[in-house]
Amino acid sequence: MGRQETVAPAIELKGISKSFGPVQANKDISISVRRGSIHGIVGENGAGKSTLMSILYGFYKADSGQIFINGKQTLIPDSQAAIAAGIGMVHQHFKLVENFTVLENVVLGAEEGQRLGPSLAKARALLVELAREYELEVDPDAVIETLSVGFQQRVEILKALYRQADILILDEPTGVLTPSEADHLFRILRNLRDQGKTIIMITHKLREIMNVTDTVSVMRRGQMTATVHTTDTNPAELAELMVGRKVLLRVDKKPAVAGDVVLEVNDLRVTDSKGVVRLKGISFQVKAGEILGIAGVAGNGQSELLEVLGGFGRATGSVKVRGTAINIASAAQGRHRREAGISHVPEDRNHLGLIMDFAAWENMAFGYHHEPKYIRAGGLMDQAAMLDDTIGKMERFDIRPPNPRLNAQSFSGGNQQKIVLAREIEHNPDILLIGQPTRGVDIGAIEFIHQQIVALRDAGKAILLVSVELDEILSLTDRVAVMFDGHIAGERITAETDEKELGLLMAGMMEGAA
Amino acid sequence: MDFNTILQILDSTLRLTPPLLLACLAGLYSERAGVFDIGLEGKMLVAAFFAGAVAAVSGYAWVGLAAAIAASTVMALLHGFASITLRGNQLISGVAINFLAAGGTALIGLNWFRQGTQTPQLNGSARFSEITLPFADSIHSIPYLGPIYADLLSGHWIISYIAFLAVPFTWWLLFHTRFGLRLRAVGENPEAVDTAGISVIWMRYRAVIITGILCGIAGAYLSTCMNAGFVKNMTAGKGFIALAALIFAKWKPWSAMWACLLFGFLEAISIRFPNLEIPGIGTIPVQFMQALPYILTVVILAGFVGKAIPPKAGGEAYVKER
Repeated sequence: MGRQETVAPAIELKGISKSFGPVQANKDISISVRRGSIHGIVGENGAGKSTLMSILYGFYKADSGQIFINGKQTLIPDSQAAIAAGIGMVHQHFKLVENFTVLENVVLGAEEGQRLGPSLAKARALLVELAREYELEVDPDAVIETLSVGFQQRVEILKALYRQADILILDEPTGVLTPSEADHLFRILRNLRDQGKTIIMITHKLREIMNVTDTVSVMRRGQMTATVHTTDTNPAELAELMVGRKVLLRVDKKPAVAGDVVLEVNDLRVTDSKGVVRLKGISFQVKAGEILGIAGVAGNGQSELLEVLGGFGRATGSVKVRGTAINIASAAQGRHRREAGISHVPEDRNHLGLIMDFAAWENMAFGYHHEPKYIRAGGLMDQAAMLDDTIGKMERFDIRPPNPRLNAQSFSGGNQQKIVLAREIEHNPDILLIGQPTRGVDIGAIEFIHQQIVALRDAGKAILLVSVELDEILSLTDRVAVMFDGHIAGERITAETDEKELGLLMAGMMEGAA
Repeated sequence: MDFNTILQILDSTLRLTPPLLLACLAGLYSERAGVFDIGLEGKMLVAAFFAGAVAAVSGYAWVGLAAAIAASTVMALLHGFASITLRGNQLISGVAINFLAAGGTALIGLNWFRQGTQTPQLNGSARFSEITLPFADSIHSIPYLGPIYADLLSGHWIISYIAFLAVPFTWWLLFHTRFGLRLRAVGENPEAVDTAGISVIWMRYRAVIITGILCGIAGAYLSTCMNAGFVKNMTAGKGFIALAALIFAKWKPWSAMWACLLFGFLEAISIRFPNLEIPGIGTIPVQFMQALPYILTVVILAGFVGKAIPPKAGGEAYVKER
């Protein structure tokens, strides 16, 4: 602790390499992180960021290379050694015991003595101190599952600080936070830095890198391609370093030419199986040739909305497609939805969009497998036609590797998404529902997917896009409705609003005229 | 029903409950740590056999108890090895343990003692004797309290007292010690335990060993306390009833005790009133009375007693994520 300036960097990695079988995840990586700084690491999915951090936290052993902590060579064979070396990690998926209290989670693994009482008392005192010092307020007796993700993340940070971490690694820390929660996190991180802590932040959000880091390293295909001062670079340059070519960060699109109302939703209400009211009267319209964005923090009813419109959830209210009401009172109507011209790219493609153990060609046909083009004489399924069809779609959507017989799980996240997208878009729907189109998708593929969505819009289709990424909402949609706590907190013309206003709506702090 | 009848039924309840309670607590440790165990029955049976056999050969009940604990722990480690180290399916491993126990005890028993599949009748020090609590005789004459103390609470075997004392001990261990915190955590979210630098594997093995020990004591109770020797399949589904009680108790020690007492009580009733007469309905058949604990088991397992939420990581082997 304290603010002593030492010459030795907090972390220095020299020539770290790591392979998993034939895949080289890290190639000869060297990096030096100054003490008391916030260092960002950016890179696409699979660039090797997480592997590198796992080596630093003792999850993996590097094949070669050395780690220096505060100038001293340190071996980190397991997490315990990492903790002893003063390294704390805040994982992307929190490692919290959900039915334990905050205190119990904080002391777990760092208890003093066999009896719990003294450890809990000590942790309680320390939590009060840390809350004051770093704006890390959390109720020590709250049970984790009752806390919002923002607070759960604070518990993770508190865990690291309780273990006297001097170096804090955060893996994609803002993925689940509202903009205001993220701002609060950044304030905490700056406070920690000012107290002499060293922070490494892994992210794919360039805006955050620009916002909060002092220095930034870029990784591509297992290698460290650059380390620069944040003030000396810009998002476009970082994106290019990440992908290896120029990338359009803003979507290039013409103004929308909106036509007739295609999808009309009125007073939609959903109560889930536990009796919790998830949708509290949702109404909106989507016109032909426009993209309506649904923004909001995950869990405010967006998933339920998509489920009802996609045909596997029940609701009351009305949904009309070109003036004709569709049945929303009973579930399991997915096929009827498709026949009514609604295609759906679900939020959770692993569970709802694809069957991971099935081949690409099988996945490409699902939901449409009863169509005449896939049926042979005698009612059997026409595998050859399905394969041909898949090969064509793979070419048009640049799905790699272009092998229709490969299992869905063998594709990267971006290519999996393209499979779902190809299936739904090529069916030529009137309405496309699309949830989290770029979740877990690399920058290169994001660009392509966004172009496809815009092209569909320009072809006069109505698009309902649900995303928790504000950047995506702002760059892609024509109008945006913000969901909060099961209702629409406000609707705006995208070009006339900004992140700040949407952020307030997302946090439920501003009720706009819907 | 007079006071004495009630006392007798309750006394019988206290005699029938300990093996259920010990097995139930055994399951509690294992399942709280994330290892589901339907092999409680098998471990108890093996323990009952070795307790009976070794007590008969050595002449000492204590040696029998030690052998029971050792044998049951070996079976528990087998389950642990299959489900923790080899990451096999915990249900299948448990079923295997049960089959192994049912067949193995009968086979070895036949081979060793040549008395059908039984072990020899236990006498004297080869069987645990009942303990009379202090002052039991002197306060017996006090109305109500005297008989409750002298007839109901006094006069059980040492293992009975161990079983009931294990309840507050388990509660304390689980909720007031470091070991308990880690044990519960490893059954809820092993990743959290792993990232905290604690070995998930070792925690789970420790839990499984405790399960073995408790099942061992439960088995010894059957053949050296309640009965004088081992009889083929003498557990008669007690391991499964204990499992039902564990679910009924939502994996909590005190509730486990009450659940086991309820099962013990039902069994006691069915023994005391094989042909219960209910006015207006007539005589309840003896088969129905005997089936009562099992019927309750099915009702509980079918989920009629409210939602029981098992430890979240239960049933799944821990694999370190990439």
